[in-house]
Amino acid sequence: MEQHELRRMIDDVKAGVLSRRRFVQTMVALGLTAPMAAQMLASAGIAQAQTMAGPSKRGGGGLLKVLWWQSPTLLNPHFAVGTKDQDGSRVFYEPLASFDPDGNLIATLAAEIPSAQNGGLSKDGKSVTWRLKKNVQWHDGKPFTADDVVFNWEFAADPATAATTIGNYKGIDRIDKVDAHTVKITFKDPNPFWAEAFCGAATGQIIPKHLFDAYRGGKSREAPNNLKPVGTGAYRFVDFKPGDIVRAELNPNYHVPNNPFFDRVEMKGGGDAVSAARAVIQTGEFDFAWNMQVEDEILRRMEQGGKGRVDIAVAGNIEHIQCNQTDPWTDVDGERSSITKPHPFLTDPAVRQALNLLVDRASVQEQIYGRAGRTSANFLNAPSRYFSKNTKWEFNPDKANQVLEAAGWKKGSDGIRAKDGKKLKLVYQTSINAPRQKNQQIVKQAAAKAGIDIEIKSVVASVYFSSDPANPDTYRHFYTDIQMYTTTMGAPDPQTFMRQFLSNEIASKENKWSGRNITRWRNEEYDKLFAASLTELDPVKRAAQFIRMNDLVIQNVVVIPVLWRLVQSAISLKLKNTSISGWDSNLWNLRNWVREA
Amino acid sequence: MRKYVLRRVVLSIPALAGISLVLFTILALAPGDPFEELATNPNVPPEVAQRLRQQFGLDDPVVVRYARWFTSMVRGDWGFSFVSRVNVDVLILQRLPVTLFVLGSAQILGLLVALPIGIYSATRPYSIFDQLATTFAFIGFSLPTFFTGLLLILLFSIHLDWLPFIFRSDIEATGLAWAVEHLKQAIMPITVLALFQAASLMRFARSAVLDVIRLDYVNTARAKGLSERVTLLKHVVRNALIPVITLVALQLPGIFTGAVITEQIFRIPGIGSLLIASILANDTPVIMAVTFVFSCLVVLFNLVADVLYGWLDPRISYR
Amino acid sequence: MARSSVEAQVLTAERLVPRRRSDSLGAEAWRRFRRHRLAVAGAAALTIMVLAVLTGPFVYRVPIDEIDFKAKLQAPSWAHPFGTDDLGQDLLARMLYGGRISLAVGVTAMLIAITFGTAIGSLAGHAGGVVDNALMRVTDLFLSLPQLPLLLLIVYLFRDLLKGLFGQEAGVFILIVAVIGGLRWMPVARLVRAQFLSLREKEFVEAARSLGAAPLRQIVRHILPNALGPVIVAGSLDVAVAIIAESSLSFLGLGFPPDIPTWGRILFDAKDNLDFAPHWAIFPGTAIFLTVLSINYIGDGLRDAFDPRKVLSSRKAGEDTQVANAGASPVGPTS
Repeated sequence: MEQHELRRMIDDVKAGVLSRRRFVQTMVALGLTAPMAAQMLASAGIAQAQTMAGPSKRGGGGLLKVLWWQSPTLLNPHFAVGTKDQDGSRVFYEPLASFDPDGNLIATLAAEIPSAQNGGLSKDGKSVTWRLKKNVQWHDGKPFTADDVVFNWEFAADPATAATTIGNYKGIDRIDKVDAHTVKITFKDPNPFWAEAFCGAATGQIIPKHLFDAYRGGKSREAPNNLKPVGTGAYRFVDFKPGDIVRAELNPNYHVPNNPFFDRVEMKGGGDAVSAARAVIQTGEFDFAWNMQVEDEILRRMEQGGKGRVDIAVAGNIEHIQCNQTDPWTDVDGERSSITKPHPFLTDPAVRQALNLLVDRASVQEQIYGRAGRTSANFLNAPSRYFSKNTKWEFNPDKANQVLEAAGWKKGSDGIRAKDGKKLKLVYQTSINAPRQKNQQIVKQAAAKAGIDIEIKSVVASVYFSSDPANPDTYRHFYTDIQMYTTTMGAPDPQTFMRQFLSNEIASKENKWSGRNITRWRNEEYDKLFAASLTELDPVKRAAQFIRMNDLVIQNVVVIPVLWRLVQSAISLKLKNTSISGWDSNLWNLRNWVREA
Repeated sequence: MRKYVLRRVVLSIPALAGISLVLFTILALAPGDPFEELATNPNVPPEVAQRLRQQFGLDDPVVVRYARWFTSMVRGDWGFSFVSRVNVDVLILQRLPVTLFVLGSAQILGLLVALPIGIYSATRPYSIFDQLATTFAFIGFSLPTFFTGLLLILLFSIHLDWLPFIFRSDIEATGLAWAVEHLKQAIMPITVLALFQAASLMRFARSAVLDVIRLDYVNTARAKGLSERVTLLKHVVRNALIPVITLVALQLPGIFTGAVITEQIFRIPGIGSLLIASILANDTPVIMAVTFVFSCLVVLFNLVADVLYGWLDPRISYR
Repeated sequence: MARSSVEAQVLTAERLVPRRRSDSLGAEAWRRFRRHRLAVAGAAALTIMVLAVLTGPFVYRVPIDEIDFKAKLQAPSWAHPFGTDDLGQDLLARMLYGGRISLAVGVTAMLIAITFGTAIGSLAGHAGGVVDNALMRVTDLFLSLPQLPLLLLIVYLFRDLLKGLFGQEAGVFILIVAVIGGLRWMPVARLVRAQFLSLREKEFVEAARSLGAAPLRQIVRHILPNALGPVIVAGSLDVAVAIIAESSLSFLGLGFPPDIPTWGRILFDAKDNLDFAPHWAIFPGTAIFLTVLSINYIGDGLRDAFDPRKVLSSRKAGEDTQVANAGASPVGPTS
């Protein structure tokens, strides 16, 4: 228990300013003496005691009721469309290792976390050897072996399967079964983040070979067990109604002694976040509710004299405003925001600088998101070793006025600044979501004070975030001057996250707007740094590279970070040992959850 | 009469085919796709969404997709959901019992409340009773269900702590306890819906009775010495029922599509919540199936209403 | 029973006051409308609301979008007569501003719905046969349309076009009323058609027919006025539906931009704060309620004022069998 409180406090210290002591600690734990091959996460994991607080005996806990306001629609982790599906599957399936709240690896189906010391990691960074637990059984009684691990890679990496986990498996060159309980993964290139495969709920959950072998590739949809999971987890399957409810019961043959505590688990889906919060915090009808995207003011009022509390976990998700580097209003060969046509005024650093001064992050944080977010000047905020201390932000409309004035943008009779016949009029787009619309209003009002006229546009989320190449309103098309949304980080490593500023990732008509670089910003130094980071095995050097990448993005005001968003859940005051992690499923530690009388 | 019904049924088939074509086209042309969540997750490469689009045939021309849908629908295959990859008929059947229970009860309750009050109001127009009924009806109608639902939750679940506000389809008790639990969780949603339905029905019933009650033949009946009660029930209400039947026939197919907002508020796993989730996720096969069954019901109930008109007023001829 | 005696009194009263036959139909109707107290009250209330939203923003000059976090969620006070929302914006100013749109959208969309619905319904009901069948299948089609995807499609297809043609505000307005009106006419059409099927065979219509009245005249003068009851109810209910629907449209990005505070939008934004800031919801809720109620009473008054049955029955059987008109008679709430 104390250990958990301590971790949460540490997370709080990480807010905004990084504690030096913590930084040094991490670095020592990783150690410059550590071999080149040492993987930073694993090293930190080893430095930590791996005993988790848990129940003292199996069963007897009754019914656990958890609430997901978006409900799971399928229970095959390789087809998970969103967190809700990963969470639904995670009740039954397990990965080799999970990420705890600090981003450290905790062995789950693995007997231990690979490290240079135990010979799990090769010196060249190209391979990792996992030793698996030996006493593990699938819910149908079949043993869990190395074959299952190999199968999951083959299954997910096959493009015909169209698994959503493919991104984390396609860097694998081959997997060798060393013996029945040992596998050796070889990567195509040296991989500093070797934990991307088989770890965490998002990509690591392992499905049984004996039930899915016949359903590879194009036939994968037909597997009957897509709806009836047979896993290795602490709870086994009872019933599933897509979009409504997942029911599970205690697994009497679970591989960890004394786990789990509850006899049954019910995961109810649907509804909205506010009423989910009410059911946990105000009435106590439910024990846990996922992803409280509710204004903090409302949550705080519920907490007064309520039956539950709000839990905050650190993740790397960032709500940010993007400045379009290209002209969204001119059509070039059937494509607006084309890389061949620079933006008429957002390419002027002074304008972007001014916009950066006009985003009142403190008000957005205090008045809208509260505990669910932290103000930040950085795009890359977590884990803490990647947090840049070279950046700062301020809200200063006067200074914004000065910057624009100095750059030759003069106010016209209508109060809007203009230069060379170009007026500072912007269209500001985001998805439809109450906090975002408030955020838009706050920015719009501040911008008006500096002579920038903003037109607010909002697009329904299912259109805005769609990958439909024919729809001009998607965030990928970016047919407006500025836009705002949250990019999630997913894994406690910035490798994938930072791809979105690469020149070769620019979204365009040619790649059907599937590129990740939405702002269309190009920078040679950034591209080089990123390429170097891909194979850099020294964790300290690699962290420095990512910090420099972040600084380039921030100093050039390619994006304006508005809020570093944290993961918020509602938890009954009686429920203990939840250890919600921002790097893994909310349910990663489900086997240890207990309810106190 | 039988000939008329037969002709109408035969005529419905091309009409429904036409309706299905229009529905399909709208859904196919409407923007968005089922992969919203994949897009914001940097760990999922964009190729996956493109691959899935291909696999589900979303990039084919609309005509091809419609032909595919139509031919398999005729063979009884409703396709599978893009989101859960479960067959559509399975999904709908899972949701049907709860929908029928909640919406059916609400509809019946609404009728039971609205008709007597509406009729009585019409016999005493502008009386205090009528004024009160009118006021409540309009309060009921001006406040959207998201609002009344929330009011009930705040009152009965949070302040008084009498009723649960999260609907659970898997209550484990048996026998009487099961029934009581089910009833407790269904009271609020049924009330919200019934009130909303009753508000408009009551107004229509009142207006219909008011229209008839002034006609000559009613006075004639009264003059014949029939009691007020018999006059009202036999002569007035029977004739006033035509608009009410029309309205009920309009509302009944809605039982199948569910009550989107109320289901959302109380987390009732009905067809309404399935439909809205599918719409938000652009899960075309599910939307198509639900709306198409709905259109069949619309056509069917229209026919039923037409037949009932003839029964209520034998002078109406079928041409 | 009580009722018959009241009616007897009314009958006597009507007989004692001889009808001034020289009055034109319009003047006669106006006279009867004025006697309908609730209709007059409704008209007055609606006029006040319309005047308030039209002139209010010029008199009450508090800005609608001034964000002031220090004053957020305040209950009504002198500084903010209707209180403030969670961004500290003044609710009275917002309601006055948004009310223009809500009222205009509500009334226009309702008029579109009932005009269109009545036209289709009376045509189908009167013509019958193939015309009826075709029109009713079209009605079925519209009833079965899945509204949300359709709306998204409409935004996608027409938003920029209308914006270009009519400008931002007018374009959005046209789109909204067309969409709401265009998706609400079907019940009216069905109701009117049902009335027509029944009325078409009634004696007075047959009488008119045998006297050689042209079909259009039969519809407009004889059947339609008798079929108006459900239309008026549908009309007043549609105003409420349209006001609420407008706000849900803005959640689809189809309506006005989210920073324009229409009544439905304010009500929706207020819902999560209902337990501790009820004022936020009470004012827009009441405004919608009053609008709908006023329009209903005006509708009642209009129907009674134009009720042709008096005329018809008096023509047929002379003054003696004058039927008491329960609605328009000055019985009032005392009965």
